[in-house]
Amino acid sequence: MRRGWRWLVPLAAVPVLTLLAYGFALNPRDVPSPLVGRPAASFALTSFDGARLQLSELRGKVVVVNFWASWCYPACYEEAPALERSWRAYRDRGVVVLGVAIQDKDEAARKFIDDFRLSFANAPDPGGKISVDYGVYGVPETFFIDRAGRIRAKHVGALSDQMFVQTVEPLLAEAPGATR
Amino acid sequence: MDLTTATSVRRVSVLLAALLLLATALATAQSAGPAAGAKPVSEQEVYEVAAQLRCVVCQTLSVADSPSEMAGQMRGIVREHLAAGETPAQVRQYFVDRYGDWILLAPPRRGFTLLVWLAPLVAVLAGVAVVAFRVSRWTRGRRPTPPPVDAAMRERIQRELEREA
Repeated sequence: MRRGWRWLVPLAAVPVLTLLAYGFALNPRDVPSPLVGRPAASFALTSFDGARLQLSELRGKVVVVNFWASWCYPACYEEAPALERSWRAYRDRGVVVLGVAIQDKDEAARKFIDDFRLSFANAPDPGGKISVDYGVYGVPETFFIDRAGRIRAKHVGALSDQMFVQTVEPLLAEAPGATR
Repeated sequence: MDLTTATSVRRVSVLLAALLLLATALATAQSAGPAAGAKPVSEQEVYEVAAQLRCVVCQTLSVADSPSEMAGQMRGIVREHLAAGETPAQVRQYFVDRYGDWILLAPPRRGFTLLVWLAPLVAVLAGVAVVAFRVSRWTRGRRPTPPPVDAAMRERIQRELEREA
């Protein structure tokens, strides 16, 4: 009887090890956002150039909101040229790229914009309200908003030209007035 | 003071009193509204909500404990919402709506994360059961029947005891 139960001891470790293996295989940065599919929170920003930006005024366009910071090296430095290139390629096709600098020093953020010659609108997020409204937990994070004002995709980490095209093209193909 | 002056003084004071009443009523009505934004919020109230929220840019720290800028901003948002008259539960929900359950330091007691709450309890109960089972076996096993003592042995023990004495 006692011998018969001995094999239970190592067997008890199996579920624990399985759980650990599952947990360690996950990417801790890959947190699913509950916001995908929901209407994008409206916001009003004042860009570094002093221009007023209002999300609600961009209804009907595909809006790409990119959260970045000048201290976010290397990911933000990798994606900045890609974002600028994509913006130039798509600006005449009804795509708006908006950069939001979070937890950044004004001067450092301006230098970043100058260094990468960013021509799309960029604005600071004083108080972090927009960051929290979009559930941002790190930089860079990019949100893709469809013509109906709904968040359709979220990307965590540096964005590439290819990802931009792959995400924006289907959103552009949707009819302007269509809601999902 | 002639009659007309006295009347006008009375009229002015009545008007003043009416205005004052109106102003008080307006002020009370305003502060009673949900969007007053003037409700005093103590550090403790902010702390209690912030302590339940995960600091999004840290590892294993709450929004209340983190010195990071992001956590500071989040405490500010908690304070603002509480000041606007929201309950702590509503403020927590505000963050859950945007970040998911991930933002809560204590996993919710439902679904898959219920396991986290139940597993230690199950483990303790199983441990108690195992210990109880083994202890009962040991105590039963440790009462062996005394080995039979034959006459020769009995005599020998008797002899040795006598020698000791």
